[in-house]
Amino acid sequence: MSRSYLLRRVLLAIPGLLAISVILYTILALAPGDPLGEIATNPNVPPAVQLALRAKLGLDDPIWQRYLHWLVAMAQGDWGFSFTSQESVSRLIMQRLPVSLALFGTSEVLAVLVAVPVGVLAAVRPYSWLDQIANTVGLIGFSLPTFFTGLVLILVFSVKLNWFPFVFESNVQATGLAWWWIEFKQSIMPIAVIGLFQGASLVRYVRSSMLDVIRLDYVTTARSKGIGARRVLMRHVVRNGLIPVVTLVAVQLPQIFGATIITEQIFRVPGIGSLLIASILADDIPVVMAVTFVYACLVVLLNLLADLLYVWLDPRIALR
Amino acid sequence: MSGSIPASPSVEAIGPAAAAPRAAGLSPTADAWRRFRKHRLAVVSLFVLGVIVFAVLIGPLIWRVPIDAIDFSAMLQGPSLAHPCGTDALGQDLLARLMYGGKISLAVGVAAMLVAVIVGTLIGAISGMASGRLDAAVMWVTDMFLALPQLPLLLLLIYLFRPALQRMLGEQGGIFVLIVTVIGGLRWMPLARLIRAQFLSLREKEFVEAARALGASKLRLVIRHIMPNAMGPAIVAATIEVANAIIAESTLSFLGVGFPPDVPSWGRMLYDSQDYLQIAPHWALFPGSAIFLAVLSINFIGDGLRDALDPRRVI
Repeated sequence: MSRSYLLRRVLLAIPGLLAISVILYTILALAPGDPLGEIATNPNVPPAVQLALRAKLGLDDPIWQRYLHWLVAMAQGDWGFSFTSQESVSRLIMQRLPVSLALFGTSEVLAVLVAVPVGVLAAVRPYSWLDQIANTVGLIGFSLPTFFTGLVLILVFSVKLNWFPFVFESNVQATGLAWWWIEFKQSIMPIAVIGLFQGASLVRYVRSSMLDVIRLDYVTTARSKGIGARRVLMRHVVRNGLIPVVTLVAVQLPQIFGATIITEQIFRVPGIGSLLIASILADDIPVVMAVTFVYACLVVLLNLLADLLYVWLDPRIALR
Repeated sequence: MSGSIPASPSVEAIGPAAAAPRAAGLSPTADAWRRFRKHRLAVVSLFVLGVIVFAVLIGPLIWRVPIDAIDFSAMLQGPSLAHPCGTDALGQDLLARLMYGGKISLAVGVAAMLVAVIVGTLIGAISGMASGRLDAAVMWVTDMFLALPQLPLLLLLIYLFRPALQRMLGEQGGIFVLIVTVIGGLRWMPLARLIRAQFLSLREKEFVEAARALGASKLRLVIRHIMPNAMGPAIVAATIEVANAIIAESTLSFLGVGFPPDVPSWGRMLYDSQDYLQIAPHWALFPGSAIFLAVLSINFIGDGLRDALDPRRVI
């Protein structure tokens, strides 16, 4: 991969991020209601004080000026303070982001581990019973809303069987192996909910991507040279068939983040998703804005990563 | 995949050579129905969805228990003859609430789909007919919308605009309009891209060229010649959009930012039932299964329609 392409692709992500920030800010600015909130309606605050406050906060400036102020502050890492906890927003997010990323990462790995073998097996024998079952189960899994699967898992494994705790403990008081065991036990249900949902929607894509490759000439050539079926499949088909899956995972990111938010909320996982819901219910606008923007940044960054990975995996893509 | 040519025709070969001749004497609709019936699960799903729609529309006329009749002597009861689906923490009848909630969930699903389809078709058609700069700009905006984090934005929009709209349109009407607009407004992108792709390939086809040569205006080309041929995939996408919108509405209500407590949409019922999961699991299971069944049957119907409306597929 040429260095100039890398640089250009990274630079291309910036207008996207800027546009998203414009959209977010516009939504906030268009929303009815006074940003001063209670102060504006409180009769004990004299009008002169209100005017001074407005001038100080720059609320009477034209919108583009306010946007630029906000953008510069965001870029400098000054994300303001949470209304409810009086803590800086960036600290709140930094505390919780690792949990969310770990949850997202492990469930994504689980999804790929489930979807790829099933999708490949379904593509090897299209329209066989295995293929039909994979298709049907995939459609069922992807029609199950994550909040319902989460509740059902809690009902079965926490309430009835009492195997796993259903409230996530953020400060586990244990060390070494015991710590890992507790973490494993409390993370397995959230990971399963997201991973299986994502895996179910990936199966069909893996299958059709493999089918595209299986009928290519070079596969026939490999087979006619006398290479074993297994080796052709693993070395020739799967390796090429998996390349488009990278893009598909990237395209589905916004949806997956939705699933992680819901799952964090159900299992009380202390990540940025549950932070978002808590902040919305508590009218904590600075945190809501920041978390939404963090999710947008994650989508853009991971898409960028997927694009670069795609070019690296598939040298046929011409670089200009 | 770019640069690869599917050479040896095998399973699922796509191309004009594989076009299935329509059974003699069948209109396109009848032929589509013939193909749809071959997808057994889709037919079953059509029946299931029919039952759900019937129960939601006609059910309340037969089961005349009010949805808000509070009865503290019958709190959190499991299914019984008096309450076939049990009761909730206020002793309200779950069957009546389920039927009422279904009406809302299905209405939101269909309405949000319509919003997404109208916006998506319009944008896709404009982008597909215009070429060059306009097309590139529109597609850039579409791609950017696709990269937006859907759920956080939905939550933010509803949170910010709910009070104003409820003042304007009333408690329930306001939230309904808001949810429908916001869900539809954030889901038009896949349809726009689909329609654009269809337009790009169709507008170069011979029959369109022939119409153009005969002097058909651009508008006539789009409405009479291109659009009807782009409908198949659009119908499939629209069907699946209904399922997506139902899930989106349930998600919002489940997180506590959708419909208010006195409007028992399926998601709202699940939200209310969470704290009683240990003592009254039926309260969560009934609405959850209702969402699942509705979404699953709609997705299967979409799957069947895909087979039925793709003339290149031999069935």
